[in-house]
Amino acid sequence: MAEHELNAEGLNCPLPILKAKKMLKGIPEGDILKIRSTDPGSVADFAAFCTHTGNELLSSSSEGDVYMFEIKRA
Amino acid sequence: MLDDSTDNAKSMSIIVTKGSLDWAYPPFILGTTAAAMDMKVTMFFTFYGLSLLKKKLNLKFTTLGNAAMEMPMMGGHMAMPNLLSVMPGVGGAAGKMMKNLMKQKGVASIEDLREASVDLEIRMIACQMTLDLFEYTPDDMIDGIELGGAATYMEVASKTDINLFI
Repeated sequence: MAEHELNAEGLNCPLPILKAKKMLKGIPEGDILKIRSTDPGSVADFAAFCTHTGNELLSSSSEGDVYMFEIKRA
Repeated sequence: MLDDSTDNAKSMSIIVTKGSLDWAYPPFILGTTAAAMDMKVTMFFTFYGLSLLKKKLNLKFTTLGNAAMEMPMMGGHMAMPNLLSVMPGVGGAAGKMMKNLMKQKGVASIEDLREASVDLEIRMIACQMTLDLFEYTPDDMIDGIELGGAATYMEVASKTDINLFI
């Protein structure tokens, strides 16, 4: 079970989601994608994205102006 | 689960009727996001929306008659009176300003979102009647699109969960 990283800092809606989807498509099931974003809207958007696609949102946190997400590929 | 397009996958269609820089965003943002969320997406480009399928995009933006538009300026916001909007050069300058602002804020370009639409296998249909009306041929448009009319759209829409008109 490998971890992959996506830096989506500075990108605005819907780019963090589109880039995350592209990466998730390319990694094996069960792998973890760790995302960093500066778009405050991405907090609600990654939760909605995971609910709809069935990928598991393992964690959602923030540090200063950076939002961090861990998604397990379903 | 991510790649399976099962029968119960949700679907969305958008009728795209506007082709200015600002109005090009809502359909492409919603279309690409829905497709990224595993929905089956169809976009039907008609009237001024058709120009968004042209090989070379030259999107314009106008402040004219755009009563709700306020641009951020020196910590405040500035609206543009119609009287000024009609002055030569103001439209072009406003368009350039909007594009700069978008770049600065990390907003995707329409070119990028359109490319993403192709990658995400969004079904894009150009309205045949509009092609005829404005004297375009399929050669003027990007590859991978289909041609169709109202009946084609209705056939899709009748089986689609979300239908939008933008």
